[in-house]
Amino acid sequence: MARVLSMYVGLICLLLMAPIVIVVILAFSGANYLQFPPTSYSLHWFARFLGDPQWQGSLWYSLEIGIVACVVATVVGFFAAYAFVRRNIAGKKLLLSLLLLPIIVPTVITSIAMYFLSARLHLVGNLFWVGICHAVIALPVVLLILLSSLQGVDVNLERAALSLGASRTRLFLRVVVPLAAPGIISAALFAFLASFDELIIALFLTGVRAETLPVRIWNSLHMEIEPTIAAVSAFLIGVTALVLLIDGLLRGRRAATMKTQR
Amino acid sequence: MSAAPLPQGGKGALELDGLTKRYGDERVVDAVSASIRPGEFFSLLGPSGSGKTTTLMMIAGFVVPDGGAIRVDDADLTRVPPQRRGLGMVFQNYAIFPHLNVFENVAFPLRARHVAEAELRVRVQAALELVRLQRFAERYARQLSGGQQQRVAIARAIVFHPSIVLMDEPLGALDKNLRYEMQVEIKDIQQRLGMTVVYVTHDQEEAMNMSDRIAIMNHGRIEQLGPPGEIYERPSNAFVARFLGEANLIEGTIERIADGQAELRTRDGVLLRAQVKRAAVGQAAALFVRPELLAFGAGAGNRVEGTVRRRSFLGSTIRTVVEVGPTTHLTIDLPNQGTGGGPGVGAHVTASWPVVHSQILLD
Amino acid sequence: MPSRSSLLLLPAFTMLALVFLVPLGWFFFHTLFIDTDPSDLWDQIASVLTSRAMLQAIVTTNWISLLVTATVLLMGYPIAYYLANHNGLRFTLVLFCIIVPYFTSIIVRTYSWMVLLGREGLINQALRHLGLIDTPLPLLYNQLSIVIGMTYVLLPYMVLTLFAAMKAIDRTLLLAARGMGASGPMIFWRVYLPLSRHGVISGALIVFILSIGFFITPALMGGPSDVMVAMLIERSVEITLDWAGAAVMSLFLLVVTLILYAIYYRVTDVRRLMGAT
Repeated sequence: MARVLSMYVGLICLLLMAPIVIVVILAFSGANYLQFPPTSYSLHWFARFLGDPQWQGSLWYSLEIGIVACVVATVVGFFAAYAFVRRNIAGKKLLLSLLLLPIIVPTVITSIAMYFLSARLHLVGNLFWVGICHAVIALPVVLLILLSSLQGVDVNLERAALSLGASRTRLFLRVVVPLAAPGIISAALFAFLASFDELIIALFLTGVRAETLPVRIWNSLHMEIEPTIAAVSAFLIGVTALVLLIDGLLRGRRAATMKTQR
Repeated sequence: MSAAPLPQGGKGALELDGLTKRYGDERVVDAVSASIRPGEFFSLLGPSGSGKTTTLMMIAGFVVPDGGAIRVDDADLTRVPPQRRGLGMVFQNYAIFPHLNVFENVAFPLRARHVAEAELRVRVQAALELVRLQRFAERYARQLSGGQQQRVAIARAIVFHPSIVLMDEPLGALDKNLRYEMQVEIKDIQQRLGMTVVYVTHDQEEAMNMSDRIAIMNHGRIEQLGPPGEIYERPSNAFVARFLGEANLIEGTIERIADGQAELRTRDGVLLRAQVKRAAVGQAAALFVRPELLAFGAGAGNRVEGTVRRRSFLGSTIRTVVEVGPTTHLTIDLPNQGTGGGPGVGAHVTASWPVVHSQILLD
Repeated sequence: MPSRSSLLLLPAFTMLALVFLVPLGWFFFHTLFIDTDPSDLWDQIASVLTSRAMLQAIVTTNWISLLVTATVLLMGYPIAYYLANHNGLRFTLVLFCIIVPYFTSIIVRTYSWMVLLGREGLINQALRHLGLIDTPLPLLYNQLSIVIGMTYVLLPYMVLTLFAAMKAIDRTLLLAARGMGASGPMIFWRVYLPLSRHGVISGALIVFILSIGFFITPALMGGPSDVMVAMLIERSVEITLDWAGAAVMSLFLLVVTLILYAIYYRVTDVRRLMGAT
């Protein structure tokens, strides 16, 4: 029984990783069409991706939107998470579930509604505005990460700071934020990722002038499956891997500081 | 996997033969042997980390021993998986299934044995009656008090008539008054059903109150095994003496041995006599005497003089600490007779006790 | 005077209101009450919801969502069980294989399956290479490929939800069952499965909720006849410019989603939403 389970789990893991690994390998193919395993390897698809001014533009748009979304969602989410963890708020569960709505409501509906209003306000194509819209989608991610990470910070450290005469501002800047720093960084990274990878809102709101990376992939996929997409995909996978790696290291550190606090 | 039938009935004799468990280099249980008789209430008593729970888990089959054997009614169970040992077990935090009501919890072991529905109902009812929970059959664990959950756990452990029931600190989560009530109840059920109970606890009063015999464990070994009175009055070493209650242990050197009695010179130069089993002249040893066996005033036997340093009120007893020498203090417990008498702090007193009440302990 | 805790929550709720709730409200209000003649409203709603395309899409959406939920549950349960009962390297490795796809862009994950399943995709290439087929199999652009793609995207949600529920199961309950003579299958069916039921329900609910609103994967991997409700909404806006129709369909999908979310809210801790622990 245990052997069967292990084999099954191994097989599923293989199925889960295979598509991603294959795309990354294909991105390094030397051929001009999709062929696996590649007969030769080169970086020419990456060169084409990063050398193309249009792809470069998309990369920048994605970055700019991602940074706006990341900063806004992390700051706003941090205050909310702090209130949820440290204060007795009436209807806490209900309020939290409201803030989580953006990842529950089908994104197609959200995007159309956002587009409908943005068009009136002439905000379509405004990168800062797209970033704010992405921040709403990233907010639940930030909240969920910070809720669990703030719970791990000993409330007595904050009480101690207050009893030692720290002001509220000082308490936040010198005690709460440093103690929650690993969680905040993780939350910020995943908020960035949520925006960087988001397609549907960007599809509606960026207009034709400012296509983000996912939007360009989407548009190309409707035409043909060309290997440049593999290189772009591999790039996005790389960004995800980087975020997960940093998060993993931070988790290790978080666990270590928890231990020393005991 | 549904091979041999589960053992049923039987007399309930349990033999532990050199049971050993190692975690890494540490011997958590080290060659533990004991013959537990049918119908006996047997306690494993010791501080945390003494190996008592690991021993119980090996008997239950949840921990595989590295050495030794477990026999029930002469059948070797050492390699038998837990589900085929047929032993009843009460867990520390009860382990009541939260998704099943009281009836189904108690019925669980019978369903595992494919007992017919009609008989199952009769037996579950009987078990619930025994623990006085017949009116709670439809309830769930979260709707029960700690004491009631405890009763469910007991009913579940006895419903299939195991000849042996294992209990792992079953009263640890209850408050003090309830604990005493449950001790009486468990003992009562055990005697009515005539089953063997192996009981793990770190509470010496609990063990003494319930047990026919107690095994005192420390560092994975049995330090002493015997009836409560015997191990309380005649501990075989200082650890047992201290673990079972307040003890005076006066250190010194043996000067003479004759007729089963020894003379011990304390560090402060007082000569005291005590019963002795095995010791040699010139050996360092301790004289043991329980505080409640001492009396104020000059009596026959050992006699010491000193100054009262402290008096504490413990309810039913009054504890007096007397300094008899720079390194020797004696604790004397007197029953509280409501007179508030006894010597006060600073008083110069004489204390004495019969030689038969004190023993030489070697360590 | 507002308390300090409501001041802390103010930015989040202001943002939620201005960027999320107001656009949604404005969209529905404007398309249904300003752009549509009030007397026509009910006819309009009825005609959209009973149109052939919409009925077809509702059937397709439900069917695919149920299929995906069942597949994900059956595939995910053993994995979650494995994770809950292992630690060290094997745990980390399996978790890694769940987490990496989980955080990879949905469009990239969909693309990677298109690469595998396409006419000239890797599976057809391999099969032809092995001489098993002459003409490429139609693996892409049908319901099967939608289910594969969506299962791939949604499996981590199920696994992480189930894992959290299984981790919360008290191990001594399983020992107790074993000590009372229960066999392996009996312990699983009578103790483990009922105790993990909570995770099964929340996992199935969240996967179903996300499935019925799915857009990217079915839009890219489905055939011409496999139109889900979210795709129909997008088409009304992009192709037929029928905003009122899109609003009616959106409102319908939104209400169903919110009802399911309310049930989810009742049965589980919303903090488990992303499987965060």
